[in-house]
Amino acid sequence: MTTSPVESVIRTRVDAGSGALIGYLPVGFPDLDTSVDAAVALIENGVDIVELGLPYSDPVMDGLVIQRATQAALQGGFTLKQGFEAVERIRSRVDAPLLVMTYWNPVIQYGVERFAADLESAGGAGLITPDLIPDEAAEWLTASDAHDLDRVFLAAPSSSPARMTQAVESSRGFVYAVSTMGITGARSDVDAAARSVISRLREAGATSACVGLGISTPEQVADVLTYADGAIVGSRLVSALADGGVPAVAAIAAELATGKD
Amino acid sequence: MSLRSMTGPYFGSFGGRFVPESLIAALDELDDAYTAAKKDPAFQEELAELHRTYTGRPSIITEAKRFAEHAGGARILLKREDLNHTGSHKINNVLGQALLAKRLGKTRIIAETGAGQHGVASATAAALFGLECVVYMGEVDTERQALNVARMKLLGADVVPVTVGSRTLKDAINEALRDWVANVDTTHYLLGTVAGPHPFPAMVRDFHSVIGIEAREQVLALTGRLPDVIAACVGGGSNAMGIFHPFLDDEGVRLVGLEAAGDGIDTLFHAATISKGRPGVLHGARSLMLQDEDGQTLESHSISAGLDYPGVGPEHAWLDEIGRAEYRGVTDAEAMDALRLLSRTEGIIPAIETAHALHGALELGRELGPEAIILVNLSGRGDKDMETAARYFGLLDAQAAERAAEKDAHPTAAEDAQS
Repeated sequence: MTTSPVESVIRTRVDAGSGALIGYLPVGFPDLDTSVDAAVALIENGVDIVELGLPYSDPVMDGLVIQRATQAALQGGFTLKQGFEAVERIRSRVDAPLLVMTYWNPVIQYGVERFAADLESAGGAGLITPDLIPDEAAEWLTASDAHDLDRVFLAAPSSSPARMTQAVESSRGFVYAVSTMGITGARSDVDAAARSVISRLREAGATSACVGLGISTPEQVADVLTYADGAIVGSRLVSALADGGVPAVAAIAAELATGKD
Repeated sequence: MSLRSMTGPYFGSFGGRFVPESLIAALDELDDAYTAAKKDPAFQEELAELHRTYTGRPSIITEAKRFAEHAGGARILLKREDLNHTGSHKINNVLGQALLAKRLGKTRIIAETGAGQHGVASATAAALFGLECVVYMGEVDTERQALNVARMKLLGADVVPVTVGSRTLKDAINEALRDWVANVDTTHYLLGTVAGPHPFPAMVRDFHSVIGIEAREQVLALTGRLPDVIAACVGGGSNAMGIFHPFLDDEGVRLVGLEAAGDGIDTLFHAATISKGRPGVLHGARSLMLQDEDGQTLESHSISAGLDYPGVGPEHAWLDEIGRAEYRGVTDAEAMDALRLLSRTEGIIPAIETAHALHGALELGRELGPEAIILVNLSGRGDKDMETAARYFGLLDAQAAERAAEKDAHPTAAEDAQS
């Protein structure tokens, strides 16, 4: 059985009585170097796992904050090659697991097996795939096994019990529990649905399940970690980067990390 | 094997459901409801009755004799979907899906639109059934199709200009998908073409196959035989699938889809997805698409907003792959010439989308000669395109031309005036 570094980090945090904080930032925003520095700053300020987003032209799961950032990165000339480069550079500077979040078409075009091989050599831990369901993922299941990569599938409030089970059985690292029926972006209250998704995932046998979508404050992180194994924050960090650069990302990450105490 | 028997989710290696998990339950629900409705005589009768008393079906066929003189003398038969209520084939699918939405207890429909034809049809069905309606439309398209924006608003729909991405049809679909994810309990996404995740490609095709079913009988009755070739324009591909599908197993009938070649198929400015695209995933299905090396969707270009789409329905990609249908590009200039020719020879002003199919018919007629019978899907009327056509042909007086030029120079001002 493969040991997922992502799962080990989550397990360590849970055993310590809390849970993991996972922070999202896109590659290439506002430019490649700054995005690398910002991801490093996340880890240096209490984030446990980096979720590095690859900009894509048609990001249907993303709200305006992330859309604007990834569109700017694309206009700035982002390429997949830079994505792998960013993974390598971040991993050489901090010892924390790094998952790449990507829509599926770029992976298909790069070649699923080649993508997995290059992600492994760059030091990436695996993929979060917002528009790939396990039903369509045969090629990725094979490639991720061959390269010991995590594969994070999503579970939603609308998922049937059978689909919850499928998400749990297909995922490695953690299952991404979508907190609400919607897209990424800060929300004032993280849906009560999140708690229910987690408990249904537990019933389906999940030992590692994290909540994402809408989380933007340390209070929300603390609240989510009372029932989930990890809390994922995205748009709040991207806004900070857009408004105040790396120092602002560092400050927000540190603030969010107080939610783990 | 019958080529007509394909019901999805896959057409060969194309199709599927590449969407966020949050939408799967809604797609399953829709698939179940549609599968049940297909077998339910009450549903079929309700839809047929609507088509008889509201759409104006069956639509007639018109033999275009004077136009045919420019097509090598071949017989050209026009299937007059332009005469449907709302002016295009789009109403066929919209009424079917709106009935399904009612069955599912949804109170709100959302739709994407490019040229505005599908948005107008959706707003119409929403008015007819008392449903709330939101139409997403790329900001670029709200500008070039201002008249259809006004139509949708008059019908009570909320038109939301999409200001992100390339601000055209593909971004309108992204925005509609985002809305659907968030509001799926109350909302049906009334997708307007044979693309998207299963069951949309097969379902939308089925709702439009009434075009081909009627045309098959009508051509047989008029000429005593099947047509040699059928020509239809292809953006997402709904009108083409509608007329092609009932003929898929008629081996002697050639099926030709005409794509928008914009400035030319070998330039960077076209929307010829099948001719120039590669397999990939866009908007929930694996199909052919225009994309760069990294899989980023490329912007398409066409004078016709309705064909200005970098993807295409998966069943077309499959028909291309197995060689059952062929696909050709038609440039903006060729389409506009055909638009003017049909107007002047037959007194029928077609939509610019449709004009691509008409150019195809001219080419095919010249290739096949006077013995050939060519069936053309006249998918829409050209009223919505008058501003584009007037500018293209220089039909505006000096003052109007100046206003149009000013609008080009200040598109945001024009948009503000609309909202």
